[in-house]
Amino acid sequence: MRMAGHLYHALRFEAAHCTGCMSCARICPTQAIRVHRGHAVMLEDRCIDCGECFKACQKGAVVSLTDTIADLSKFVYKVAVPSPALYTEFDPEIAPGVILQALKLCGFDDAVSMSASCGSTTVATELFFAEYRGQYPLISSFCPAVVRLIQIKYPDLVEQLMPILSPREVAAKEIKAQKVQETGLKPEAIAVVYITPCPAKMVAIASHPGTEASYFDSAVSIRDIFQILASAVARVRANGEAPAETESSKGLSWAYLGGVPRMVPAENSLSVAGMTNVIRILDDIEKGRLRGYAFVECHGCPEGCVSGALTVENPYVARARAIRLSQSLGEGPATERPKVEALYAQGFYHVKARPGAQPLKPLDSDISRAIAKMKERDLILGLLPGIDCGACGAPSCEAFAEDVVLRHAEESSCVFIRQRQVTELVERLSELVGFQSQEERGKGGRK
Amino acid sequence: MSADEFERVYEVAGKDFTNAGRVSTGIKDILKGMGIPPAIVRRVAIASYEAEMNVVMYSYGGTLTLKVSPADVTLTVADRGPGIQDIGLAMQEGYSTATQEMREMGFGAGMGLPNIKRNADDFVITSEVGAGTTLKIQVHLK
Repeated sequence: MRMAGHLYHALRFEAAHCTGCMSCARICPTQAIRVHRGHAVMLEDRCIDCGECFKACQKGAVVSLTDTIADLSKFVYKVAVPSPALYTEFDPEIAPGVILQALKLCGFDDAVSMSASCGSTTVATELFFAEYRGQYPLISSFCPAVVRLIQIKYPDLVEQLMPILSPREVAAKEIKAQKVQETGLKPEAIAVVYITPCPAKMVAIASHPGTEASYFDSAVSIRDIFQILASAVARVRANGEAPAETESSKGLSWAYLGGVPRMVPAENSLSVAGMTNVIRILDDIEKGRLRGYAFVECHGCPEGCVSGALTVENPYVARARAIRLSQSLGEGPATERPKVEALYAQGFYHVKARPGAQPLKPLDSDISRAIAKMKERDLILGLLPGIDCGACGAPSCEAFAEDVVLRHAEESSCVFIRQRQVTELVERLSELVGFQSQEERGKGGRK
Repeated sequence: MSADEFERVYEVAGKDFTNAGRVSTGIKDILKGMGIPPAIVRRVAIASYEAEMNVVMYSYGGTLTLKVSPADVTLTVADRGPGIQDIGLAMQEGYSTATQEMREMGFGAGMGLPNIKRNADDFVITSEVGAGTTLKIQVHLK
């Protein structure tokens, strides 16, 4: 799936539908999009797969490259593990158990809830806090878009990423082991499939350099599966059999803004959602401003996973449902603390390696040349109007100035610079013409 | 400015809490764009933020000058303000002359100057009572 020399991304721009309107480029939090010859182009090393461009595009030109159920045919046994965000796509009357049941009518051999793993991850997180002696605040690592953002733009903060696996990874690890035992199949014959609300998790599963391999084998998006799942849900309901109670409030808490600190008793935590806001908070952490906080919960999407780019429902409706569901659901079976403690001691919940720093390429790898190029950038910036009009195809004058310095763009792509050049040319021409006609007049006078 | 040196001067307004912190954000972006190692960017970020906040909180305004050469990053902070009576005391951790208002905003822990010093390789502070304070903060790249 990953081409050599290319970063794998779960989003692609379809030139046939792209009008070059700049909506995606303007909203991209890492300035990873340029419009070139009328079409959006992705700068692969800058893209964090947050899905903002997908949400912004009204033309259907941004497509997600998640797997389809048909892609899973090479596996003998397929088990779906839905993000709790899936439950908030349906009316709160529909119990999560019904949705799991319905998934089994959509081509999966089984569907398993993450909620038990959410419980054990919560305990593991508590245990980690108790023994942690490093720099504060610790930053949540469950949102892969945030992790990627930190790797490329805040590389000095990778050390503060929570090194405990996310609940979905713990779930995949546990479910795979359990299914191997149950079915007697080899691990590679079993697909543990995440039903994902966002492209970032698809990428996390396909794995980026500098990031640990996922325990999932594949991801199918909520958006792609929604239609067939909705009709399966209707069939399950028509059958009228009461579903097993599979879900607890613990499972949902990780999926919406403010949910995690309610569960992890970190003394002083802060919750932030939406890329622009996450960037402001990371900026503050980098300046040493938030040392008084133990934990920062960061969601790339405005309401948490329930508002992921590959969901269907309005984010605020989804969040309201998440809150309602978690209030109506019980605590679920208590997490067996001694068991989690024993596994924790063996390192079961720890990431094998922290995501590494992958800072964006600087203007130049040589410091003297980088200084010279930064001065050049400032000079170019001085010539630009500073209104970020986007007509050049870059999202801001600053990004354009950088592109010019790196020779990725021509100064004359700026309409203001071009107009100035044309005006100068016209003036020079008219001077020349004026000079000529004077000469002619001069000749005439002599006649 | 020598040929091999980048320089930018930022104006910092006194008591302007709405824009406070923007200068150090801009400085970070420039250093990252130049490929300065992350650990150094962070030290400069912390020092410049503390220095910027000192100008905002305690002075009538001033300038923060960023200089980057292949050998070091230098911040020169000069403010117009009451100055510091006893520099030795101001450098002590926990000592602060912050008002109740500033403390309510989460400042005034008395860690500002000590923090700047901790993150700098070279640090010089001079102050004239009734005129202002000047800091020179240097972080070596080599």
